[in-house]
Amino acid sequence: MPEQLIFAMEVTLNGLMTGVMYSLVALGFVLIFKASGIFNYAQGVMALFAAMTLVGIQEGRVPFSHLINAIFGTEIYDFGWDVPALLAILLTVLVMVGFAFFVQKVIFKHLVGQEPIILFMATIGLAYFLEGVADLMWGSEIRTLDVGLPQGINLAIDETTFNWFGYGFFIDNLDIVATIVAAVLVAGLVAFAQYTKQGRAMRAVADDHQAALSVGISLNFVWILVWSLAGFVALVAGIMWGAKSGVQFSLSLIALKALPVLMLGGFTSIPGAIVGGLIIGVGEALFEFSVGPLIGGATENWFAYVLALLFLVFRPQGLFGEKIIERV
Amino acid sequence: MNDMSTSTVTEDGRTIGGVMMEMRNITLRFGGVVAIKDISFDIREGEIRAIIGPNGAGKSSMLNVISGFYHPQEGEVWYHGARRKAMKPYQVARQGIARTFQNIALFDGMSVLDNIMTGRINHMSSSFLDQAIWWGKAQREEVEHRRKAEEIIDFLEIQAIRKTPVGRLPYGLKKRVELARALVAEPKLLLLDEPMAGMNVEEKEDMSRFILDVNDEFGTTIALIEHDMGVVMDLSDRVVVMDYGKKIGDGSPDEVRQNQEVIDAYLGVAHD
Repeated sequence: MPEQLIFAMEVTLNGLMTGVMYSLVALGFVLIFKASGIFNYAQGVMALFAAMTLVGIQEGRVPFSHLINAIFGTEIYDFGWDVPALLAILLTVLVMVGFAFFVQKVIFKHLVGQEPIILFMATIGLAYFLEGVADLMWGSEIRTLDVGLPQGINLAIDETTFNWFGYGFFIDNLDIVATIVAAVLVAGLVAFAQYTKQGRAMRAVADDHQAALSVGISLNFVWILVWSLAGFVALVAGIMWGAKSGVQFSLSLIALKALPVLMLGGFTSIPGAIVGGLIIGVGEALFEFSVGPLIGGATENWFAYVLALLFLVFRPQGLFGEKIIERV
Repeated sequence: MNDMSTSTVTEDGRTIGGVMMEMRNITLRFGGVVAIKDISFDIREGEIRAIIGPNGAGKSSMLNVISGFYHPQEGEVWYHGARRKAMKPYQVARQGIARTFQNIALFDGMSVLDNIMTGRINHMSSSFLDQAIWWGKAQREEVEHRRKAEEIIDFLEIQAIRKTPVGRLPYGLKKRVELARALVAEPKLLLLDEPMAGMNVEEKEDMSRFILDVNDEFGTTIALIEHDMGVVMDLSDRVVVMDYGKKIGDGSPDEVRQNQEVIDAYLGVAHD
């Protein structure tokens, strides 16, 4: 087999796995947009906040310690214990559910029926608010997140591919875990939406508020549920990205990478978020591999957006989005 | 107050019970516009009660008051002998009041069966956790609800379109699916907002038959708004007539038909 082709295969595989990471972020957007028509600008910050909270709890740090110390003149920073990873994740989930309650009760309950642009502006405000809270709560130092996920080159794949092609593929264990987690997450979400009472209520609200009310669905409940799910997805994305590149404030920028994924996959489709992520991941990796050297590289910075732009021109609803047909 | 225990038997052998719902001096305003002005009437158990009137008379507003979408500024709503406090629509639905809408409110992206299943939501009692892991009670329940949904689907003769996304259906069938979703909730009181608007004669006949069958077989109390006078007179036991937000007639179809004010409202009258 020609060397170039083998390299291309490795690049494709790695691209697919990067794509999964993009999809994880895009999923959170889709959940909220589908159920409430809100484009949640704060999704990236939610991932950051979730990751910071997880690390903070794990390391047993005192939340708002700077604030507390400044007011009371104390010197406390640590509880002096370490919380096991699983328990810390569970606690973080609870924090995200609490956040969902807060968002619904304090903000969006009062904005029901407003223009989409107003809801969008509210989420921008929410993003900066949450970023501030995260800073105040846990400090702004870069942290490493370690919940015991395997990292580094997968030797089994390296060895097998070496035996086949005489060249060992470099596949990161973390990417493999991320792929499995994403698959389980999507299967779970789809099953939840299809077969459970709450899932059906969620889809009903996404479709028609008035009709949902008339069959006895509480909009408030569904929206809290959706924000909780989005918070959970944000946590998963935060864990994966945090483990990959450290927990720091630039983590919230992964939201920007989710935008082209959404344009490709459609804002309302869960499978779309996955496929969109994969296409972007593979597309940008292969483009960088094949065209990159000819034009000086660094194509990964813009390729996804150009691809999304092309989609906007030819298929504005995305691959899986609902086609808008107006009856006249 | 009306005697709750009285019940009468109609000509065709149905039993009409005591008062189920009572509207007392309802006034509803939108800013300066008075949509409903001091209206009182009642709905009795097991009857088909029609609300009629010219366009803009406030009929739909009245239905929206009953189903909790609007809240009147004055007056009281009594339901099963107790005064009802201001409620959200979903709370009203949980009390056993189901409705359809004038301009159809279905979940277009979902299949007919899924749409109908949403009507069962208030009958599902398994916990959130049961549902999430799809275990035990949740699974048994789903089967039970599916059976009920299929029953209604048979009843309304929409087996052929069970799996079709609602968005693709023609108007007449959508109306029928909406009725199915309301029925599957096994409501005590069913509110129909112009169930036959925009239908051709055949479709109207079908819908009339379904409404009568629902009332007859399930004993469901029905309050409906309709424009087609012929249909209303044939279907209903008692009729409320509204005009410009006021009640101008209330009684059996025959009484209403002979009411001078009602005739004036419909045919127009020369004002000096």
